[in-house]
Amino acid sequence: MSEPHPNSTTAKGPANGTPVVTPPAGGGVTQATIVKKAAPKSDYKPADVSPQRRVQRSYSVRLWAIRHSRLLEWFYARFADVFLLLHPLWKGLGYGRVEAPVKFVEKRVKGFMFDCRMCGQCILSSTGMSCPMNCPKQLRNGPCGGVRANGNCEVEPDMPCVWVKAWEGSRNMVKGDAILAVQKPVDQSLRETSAWLRVTARAAAEREQAKVAA
Amino acid sequence: MIERRSVQRDENPAGIHLPLEPLPGHSSRGRLERVLRRGEFAVTTELNPPDSADPEDVYNRAKIFDGWVDGINAVDASGANCHMSSVGICALLTRMGYAPIMQIACRDRNRIAIQGDVLGAAAMGVSNILCLTGDGVQAGDQPGAKPVFDLDSMSLLETVRIMRDNGKFLSGRKLTTPPQLFLGAAVNPFAPPYDFRPLHLGKKIAAGAQFVQSQYCFDVPMFRDFMQRVRDLGFDEKVFILVGVGPLASAKTAKWIRSNVPGIHIPDAIITRLEGAQDQKAEGKKLCIDIINEVKEIPGVSGVHVMAYRQEEYVAEIVDESGVLKGRQPWKREARADDQRVAERLGHILHDDVTETQVDMVKTAH
Repeated sequence: MSEPHPNSTTAKGPANGTPVVTPPAGGGVTQATIVKKAAPKSDYKPADVSPQRRVQRSYSVRLWAIRHSRLLEWFYARFADVFLLLHPLWKGLGYGRVEAPVKFVEKRVKGFMFDCRMCGQCILSSTGMSCPMNCPKQLRNGPCGGVRANGNCEVEPDMPCVWVKAWEGSRNMVKGDAILAVQKPVDQSLRETSAWLRVTARAAAEREQAKVAA
Repeated sequence: MIERRSVQRDENPAGIHLPLEPLPGHSSRGRLERVLRRGEFAVTTELNPPDSADPEDVYNRAKIFDGWVDGINAVDASGANCHMSSVGICALLTRMGYAPIMQIACRDRNRIAIQGDVLGAAAMGVSNILCLTGDGVQAGDQPGAKPVFDLDSMSLLETVRIMRDNGKFLSGRKLTTPPQLFLGAAVNPFAPPYDFRPLHLGKKIAAGAQFVQSQYCFDVPMFRDFMQRVRDLGFDEKVFILVGVGPLASAKTAKWIRSNVPGIHIPDAIITRLEGAQDQKAEGKKLCIDIINEVKEIPGVSGVHVMAYRQEEYVAEIVDESGVLKGRQPWKREARADDQRVAERLGHILHDDVTETQVDMVKTAH
């Protein structure tokens, strides 16, 4: 490689030649801009640009839940206890049989409260009651580097960053420092399953194991 | 009689493309980790990936950094714009003896592809991997692409760490030979939530980060506050922090970056300074050198990451004029002694007007 290839298509030409310097998109004309400009125009403009799922309603309920994360944390703890108490019932009926109705309720309740995406492995209590699956990059371990100075999302400029809110929410919670734990990657095979039943069954199994050990 | 080329520091005597001898306390066999662990101020930079299939393009773009940097980042479709892949660039660079830092973004590949790429890259001699989340597809030239984001930067770090330390895939399946890697991550102290950022760095360390490169630093006081908190938490002992710096071409570019590139914070003072300058380009370079000189004094800073997108020829000048290397010369690619002799010989035959008999040639060769 002592001689640069004569037909080299390097934007800058051979390294030892006179460099031709182009400022980084001086006039703001990048390929991305050209592609966007070339897109067909119509009267219908979608609410936002997230390819994940277009959220067409306001974020007020979601933000309310984050503001009241302390209350919801307390409530969820009671609720999980009740669910665990009902373990014999779930088992008697068969977890498989109760899955559909429980999932129906869970999806709607959490969907209304948190804009839940039914990942099936809920970590709301570790993320200040801000559902991380609403992040367009579905980050489960903290914000990306693209958060706007006003605290909004890089991808959806009108949405407050899920992780800025998560941090605020976690500061209100008793066990808010759970946000510092490193989360495992999402198990995609658990999508659209009930996190409530999964947590309950697991807790029940643990309780039984503890009993056997004692 | 083959003259041996003198072996440079951090070079395998058996060949520049080969990994270095393993050292105790080092997790990789690469040059960057050695430089950092020796306590030297490291300099890394970024290679602007070509939109071509010609290896010469990569070599030419790497050549201008020669002897000035300890590592070259091979970006993985940065800004969601399609370019030559980071694996490809790394494979070319390692052949030539350079120390590439392979970036992996979670945007384009799922965990199956990524783990395979990690093994492939390590087999080709890549010693440094930088784990990133990646920009959203909306930022790039192909906004209709499917965003993958199967892992995030944190779980990616952990995945690669598990492969290296436990010798296993994420599934638990064993690796015959685990990759030997120096693991990096990115930090952006200049974006909200500001008080979470230092703790977020802590999470990345827990997940496996050994070095971090920061986003462009144009606000030194802000970075100083961040470093204060990092030191209070004791993280500066656990991770090498490389500060991202770079020259701004003009005030206009700075304004454009500020409003169009997410996550880059440019204070008004910087723009005013650029606007007031006669030669904005030269001022941008000077500004970059000034920032380097300020941040290198901050305790806990182990190096700088010079990102000079489309101004790559300035990297050497910036590194030289800021004096961060303190006279040290990073590894430089030199022609091998035998290649050199062949070139000389060919030059002699082609250009010097001489007629030699074969007997003469043999005589001169001895």
